[in-house]
Amino acid sequence: MNQPRQRRKQIVLGAYFPGVNHDTVWSDPASGSHIDFASFEHWARTAERGKLDLLFLAEGLRLRTRGEAVFDQDVVGRPDTFTVLASLAAVTSHVGLAGTINSTFNEPYELARRFATLDILSGGRAAWNVVTSSDADTGENFRRGGYLAHHQRYERAGETLAAVRALWDSWGSDAIVADPASGRFLRDGHVGDFAVHGHQFDIAGRFTTPRSPQGHPVILQAGESPAGRDFAAAGSDAIFSRYQKFDEARAFYDDVKARVATAGRDPDEVRILPSAAVVLGDTDAEARERHAVIHDRQVDPQTAIVLTEMIWNQDLSWYDPDDPVPDFDPTPEAPKWIRGRAPLTQDAHATARAWREIGRDGALSLREVVKQVFDRAVFVGTPQHVADEIDRYVQADACDGFILGSHVTPSGLDEVVDRVVPLLQERGVFRAEYAEGTLRENLGLAPPSRFGEPRSAAEVAAS
Amino acid sequence: MSTADTPGRSLHLAVALDGAGWHPAAWREPGARPAELFTPGYWTDLARIAERGLLDLVTIEDALGLQSGDHLAEPDRRTDRVAGRLDAELIAAFLAPLTSAIGLVPTVTTTHTEPFHVASALATLDHDSHGRAGWRVQTSVRPDEAAHFGRRAVPGLRRDAIDTPEARALVAELFGEAADAVEVVRRLWDSWEDDAEIRDDATNRFVDRARIHHVDFTGERFSVRGPSIVPRPPQGQPLVVALGHGWEPYRLAARAADVLLVTPHDAAEATAIVEQARAAERDVGRTGEPLRVLGDLVVVLEDTEDAARERLARLDAVDPLTSDAAIVATTPAALADLLLAWRDAGLQGYRLRPAVLPTDLERIVDGLVPDLQRRGAFRTAATEPTLRERFGLARPASRYVGSVA
Repeated sequence: MNQPRQRRKQIVLGAYFPGVNHDTVWSDPASGSHIDFASFEHWARTAERGKLDLLFLAEGLRLRTRGEAVFDQDVVGRPDTFTVLASLAAVTSHVGLAGTINSTFNEPYELARRFATLDILSGGRAAWNVVTSSDADTGENFRRGGYLAHHQRYERAGETLAAVRALWDSWGSDAIVADPASGRFLRDGHVGDFAVHGHQFDIAGRFTTPRSPQGHPVILQAGESPAGRDFAAAGSDAIFSRYQKFDEARAFYDDVKARVATAGRDPDEVRILPSAAVVLGDTDAEARERHAVIHDRQVDPQTAIVLTEMIWNQDLSWYDPDDPVPDFDPTPEAPKWIRGRAPLTQDAHATARAWREIGRDGALSLREVVKQVFDRAVFVGTPQHVADEIDRYVQADACDGFILGSHVTPSGLDEVVDRVVPLLQERGVFRAEYAEGTLRENLGLAPPSRFGEPRSAAEVAAS
Repeated sequence: MSTADTPGRSLHLAVALDGAGWHPAAWREPGARPAELFTPGYWTDLARIAERGLLDLVTIEDALGLQSGDHLAEPDRRTDRVAGRLDAELIAAFLAPLTSAIGLVPTVTTTHTEPFHVASALATLDHDSHGRAGWRVQTSVRPDEAAHFGRRAVPGLRRDAIDTPEARALVAELFGEAADAVEVVRRLWDSWEDDAEIRDDATNRFVDRARIHHVDFTGERFSVRGPSIVPRPPQGQPLVVALGHGWEPYRLAARAADVLLVTPHDAAEATAIVEQARAAERDVGRTGEPLRVLGDLVVVLEDTEDAARERLARLDAVDPLTSDAAIVATTPAALADLLLAWRDAGLQGYRLRPAVLPTDLERIVDGLVPDLQRRGAFRTAATEPTLRERFGLARPASRYVGSVA
């Protein structure tokens, strides 16, 4: 018998629901509803059949517009994230339920009670992807309007997270006595007391919702800029990344883990999870052919123009996508041409230069450049190849796992679960059965530092 | 045609779910499950019992602050009553896949919440429940709830100063805001026409944007541009329910609601309240379907009248119940008599508040419902697929059909 090897890193696997963007091919004959609960249920049951760690839903706060018109080429519309996750809690029993919820257009009291409720209803499976916005256009749908200054995004997000955690901590895990004999329902008359005073919030009173199984639902973030990375490193349990190429992923991993340590935390307390689309085939050649067909539909000529407009910030409907990358400059200072989608670049001029360079070097048309830049499919190949690659990334510390998805709603996850996951299980790097416990426990994360103990009056006063 | 006016019609029966029941001593009763009030299993059991009884709907109470003996007052620091709440809309969402016929009507506050989020959440609840969603509209008058948000001061109402000019102004402000919130939410529900999603491969269009509309609401407390992010819900517009105790709330309901909950204490008062509600409809110029008016009653049900009164007395001796609604401690058969008598006074049904959960809910389902069925006064099968249809309300067309986006 072989010497026992060092235990291999266990892979974290999640699944994202196909999004409201060009990656989702709604014209595929297999494409189902993006709204009906049956689609979400199918997807969630598939994930649970694959013993995946968590499901991930994005959020919509306004429809995308191009010019002044609703953008109609991609999937449009989606249901409310919290509501779908609560319905999914009823038809699943182990998988984590993660939702993106904006910290600018929600108030801490409501965020805390909705996530605590979701955590209670799901038996400890809730997770919150905290995102920020300073998008004045989105503000058109909300009381607060769009006045949050860009530089205050992270102040607002940080204070929101701190306030929500204070609310979650305001009920001790022993707050409910519920003893008919003694007539005592609450442990004491101060259960739920909280006070938060900051630049963004000045709130106090009593919280409504008892402590949830996780105490603190799992916190996810997607830091990109240095400030965003520091924010994520300081306050989150897991970080989504957009770095999918191996070397970029490793660099991001090292950078963020260093920031976690700088923030005074154990780097092992934070999971780093890139998203990745998977395209499978019986042979590598077949997979590549499938991917080529899919990607050709994802970045059709019109979509190539729209994605270019995202960088150039102007109407390019007159431009021929088979021509080279435009030699004229973007106009980032002009009124936004496309609204309701996160910007694809912080520096439009630099991105334009980079695209032109890719085009020149490869003698590529604009559309070919766009296809190359916007290829979300990280893993294309046989199930064996994809399993090898996922494992390689994780064991080499390029990440701790992946959030997987596909271009087809809702059945795209099926073949990943049925064909790739068993190979990972066979090699002992992914669970064969769920363990009992909360999402936080199953991700190997530390319990919240103040597990359910209400803060003392002095601490409340000092905060 | 409206079933509400059919002779021999089925009563509407709703049940109001809240904590351990509506009696403050309910949680101490032998049948109560006080340690499980904040568990999914408890709510699942309650919904399934109600669904077994073919009830129209359950409401789920909620508020943006802890319970208080006087609902206008700040939370007291008592430890001998149920305190704490889960978010009602998420409880309803959780129950949606676990039930198949009963209406799910969470309470959602209009005062501090975002109408855009409320519209999205309830539209999604309607999708997830295949047309069984409703909304019990509620304002928040308490200063402590305003302090939980820190965005505005609400002076509050004192029960001994409820008829002052200041109090009337506050009520008018909060109810005006609630009416605006319902208006925005209904517009957002209409903002996608039913056939907006076209998936037209030939023209590479997922939606026909001529069928998706801005709502462009501008009010004193908020402005909302729209359109909704959620496509039109199965019911078109989920059922809107409001509880009222007087002229201003009746006017709000007449402007905004489909169903009005009222609290008469006898048949004569029921007649008078229904007349006032109809006057409120005329006063605000309501068009279309009239309000469905349901009476709220707190119920304690036992096999004999004496046993019911004794149980209520026993509960009251521990912690006395006061209520805005009439408290009826009786047998299921006598309650059925009362419900039919007050129906003749003008009510179209009832929202029963079980004094003790699940005990009095089970007696509604296993005692009252069969009794009413024997008298031909309650349905024997849940045939209407949507909650609106159960109330004889047609599916509204989007107000934007034919208009320019």
